[in-house]
Amino acid sequence: MHIKVQDLNKSFGDFHAVRNVSFEVEKGKLIGLLGPSGGGKTSILRMLAGLETPTSGDIIFHGQRVNDLPPQERGIGFVFQNYALFKHMTVYDNVAFGLKVKKQSKEQIRERVMYLVELTGLKGFEHRYPHQLSGGQRQRVAFARALAPEPQLLLLDEPFAAIDAKIRTELRTWLKDMIESVGITSIFVTHDQEEAIEVADEIMIINKGRLEQKGSPWAIYKNPETPFVAGFIGESTIIDDVAVLKGFQDAAGNGTRALIRPEYIEIGKPGEIKLASATMPAVVKHLHFRGSEWMVELLIGDTKLITYRSLEKEVLQPGEQVSVLVHRAYMFNDSVSWIMENPLKVDPMPIHI
Amino acid sequence: MRRLLISLTYVVITLLLIVPLFKILTGAWADGPGPFIDALKRPQSLHALMMTGIIVVVVTVVNTLFGVMLALYLVRAPWLGPKVKRLLNSLVDLPFAVSPVIGGLMIVLLLGPGTVMGALFEGIGVKIVYAMPGMILATLFVTFPIMVREVMPVLQEIGAQQEEAASTLGAYSWYTFWKVTWPSIRWGVIYGVVLTVARSLGEFGAVLVVSGNIMNKTQTATTLVYQDVENFNVVAANGIALVLAVFSVGLLLLMEWAKKRKEVH
Amino acid sequence: MNALFRGKGWSFGFRTAIMLYFFCLIVLPIIGIYTQSLSLGWQPFWESVSDSIAWKAVLLTVKLAAIATLINIVIGTMIGWVLIRYQFPGRRLLNSLIDLPFALPTAVGGLLILLLLGPGSLVGGLADRAGFQIVFHEPAIVVAMVFVTFPFVIRGLQPLLEEMDQSEEEASYTLGASKFRTFVSVIFPTMLPGILSGAMLAFSRGLAEFGAVVLIAGNIPGKTLVASVFIFGEIESNNPQGAAAVSVILLTLSFLILWTVNKLQGRRSGH
Repeated sequence: MHIKVQDLNKSFGDFHAVRNVSFEVEKGKLIGLLGPSGGGKTSILRMLAGLETPTSGDIIFHGQRVNDLPPQERGIGFVFQNYALFKHMTVYDNVAFGLKVKKQSKEQIRERVMYLVELTGLKGFEHRYPHQLSGGQRQRVAFARALAPEPQLLLLDEPFAAIDAKIRTELRTWLKDMIESVGITSIFVTHDQEEAIEVADEIMIINKGRLEQKGSPWAIYKNPETPFVAGFIGESTIIDDVAVLKGFQDAAGNGTRALIRPEYIEIGKPGEIKLASATMPAVVKHLHFRGSEWMVELLIGDTKLITYRSLEKEVLQPGEQVSVLVHRAYMFNDSVSWIMENPLKVDPMPIHI
Repeated sequence: MRRLLISLTYVVITLLLIVPLFKILTGAWADGPGPFIDALKRPQSLHALMMTGIIVVVVTVVNTLFGVMLALYLVRAPWLGPKVKRLLNSLVDLPFAVSPVIGGLMIVLLLGPGTVMGALFEGIGVKIVYAMPGMILATLFVTFPIMVREVMPVLQEIGAQQEEAASTLGAYSWYTFWKVTWPSIRWGVIYGVVLTVARSLGEFGAVLVVSGNIMNKTQTATTLVYQDVENFNVVAANGIALVLAVFSVGLLLLMEWAKKRKEVH
Repeated sequence: MNALFRGKGWSFGFRTAIMLYFFCLIVLPIIGIYTQSLSLGWQPFWESVSDSIAWKAVLLTVKLAAIATLINIVIGTMIGWVLIRYQFPGRRLLNSLIDLPFALPTAVGGLLILLLLGPGSLVGGLADRAGFQIVFHEPAIVVAMVFVTFPFVIRGLQPLLEEMDQSEEEASYTLGASKFRTFVSVIFPTMLPGILSGAMLAFSRGLAEFGAVVLIAGNIPGKTLVASVFIFGEIESNNPQGAAAVSVILLTLSFLILWTVNKLQGRRSGH
């Protein structure tokens, strides 16, 4: 289903939860609504479902304005954060519920329910009650139930928030595969970056009720359009005193600050880095072992920087002198933001032979 | 639909609860304040009210003490096996299932003047049945589960961990009880007290049987109302009933107040 | 928990005192009545029990308590629903008033019904002209029972309704079910255990009720004599064995109901 949202606003009393959000979603895409808690993502999702009414703005499914349609008539499937399974019904009855409402025949219902039960790996559990299932199983029932009446749009509200970390990764992959094989347009809400990046075709970053950026995970990472997006994805350090960074002194002034991702920083023992003229000296302050790499805290004068170092390279020691090369930084001030490559990375004295 | 249901609710509650309350007020005043006060000033009225007062106080104090302790034992005591606890737990509810008349009957059968125990007590000069002790016993029986049932869920909900923490910090039983357990169960106990007072105030059937309803000797306010009605002295009955009703409504307000405080915790 | 029970001397004394109290107050009397009813032997027991007036009283009580319980289920469910789901002026006051029957002495309740529905009153006069009597007849007994057991069903279903997950309802809507369908298939089943246990408590209480009934019932044997009043009558006529025999029947019935309620509630918390 093609979805268009225009100038969507929602206020709860004085609290303006959603501000002028507009976007379009193509048929068949898997979109993640990502952002900090309380930012408005769930409100947007619920308005799409018809569980909340917008204060202003339009919601359009396939060219038709649906603001006034109740949830029963929107053709959506909704997966709730805490599953919301019908506690007094078996798995079978839960999944069959939407079909019974549509008054399908017993055989039709049976066929569809058993198909979904197998699809979601719940074969053999049809006669169990929700309290006899694990968290992961319950989530799968919720999923099967939402899909049973063949909705055009699938909405998921933090579907994995209540699940153990280990099962979460399995379920994530399973969900993505499942949605792809069914081919249904889906939007899910999460506050977990990793989840959004892994699962979604496109991400919409929502902060304080506003849509900050919409794009593929890679696009958002490479070209953040606002400082919030830049800081939200990945782990970065913000430097107030830009002049400290060798090569970026020209950008200083106007209240400009720099946001540096760990991946933009290269450390080397003196002499390791080829473009020696672009490097600056630093001291290793702390080292933290992170399981698959080292996290290194550096001090350049009074400025702290964070980066990662592969386990393959020679281990550094606290207090050690190293050279640091900042490849690029995301510069921003009140009026403008841009990504700046370190100008010193071009060898100033090319030797032509 | 919504409005229909709300109006129906108002209608039912008004008819069933509010109108009757109102009627007691007007009924007692039917012949003017004079007869109302006279009815109350009768020696048997004053005596009956006093009897009710004594019973209420004694029963509430005793059942609060024993009720709280029993609740503690049933939830926390290590020296009671789980099966025993479950058995005792179901026994606690028994008085709720027993008709008050049967309650009174039981006491008469066990401790009446014709029985072994009854004769024993009378030998030392203590009359039980047809006297105050019997009436107190009957009311104790009927109100017994109230405090236990109020305190037990609270104890179960708060869990033993705070008390365990207190013991690791060096506190012994009394201290732990007063400083740790009591503050958590306090409102549940207060609510239980209000319920017990209300119930003992209103107890009728059991007391009627055990006391013999001897005017000026073993009559309580409720049995006096009964007697007045049987004697067609409606205004007098109304007068006593009004006093009781006023107390009850006051207790009801206390009940709701304590209920709120109980849940806020 | 050990934390509360250190100090050997004290606690042993406490334990025995309290267990003794429990035993003597509750267990003993109940055992007592069972043995007393059989004290003269099986034959007199059967005679007292199969006395037609006794049986009629018990059956009448069961019938009237059942009617009162049904009435309570209907209006109790409606009122419990309204008080939890809707917001309107006076809601909190009404909610508090529900507990009035628990606070009011039953004898006072009986007097009220007498005053409101009796021969001298407005309603009584109207009913008289319409050809049926209330007070001193079965309808009054049902009214008394309804009044006294009014809070049970309401208070039984309210917590279940409050605790219920709103998202179950929303899920039902997203699956296409109308509000009515959602009520029938999702909400009502959740309330049902509360309604049932409330109803059983109401029934049990109705069976046992004495104070409110004795004042308004007329107490005509075979017609308007309920079991509790019958037992009272036997005691007054110095037939404690007869009274005990019928008491035993009533008791056993009540215990059965109590046990069922416990099981129902146990199953719910086991979830």
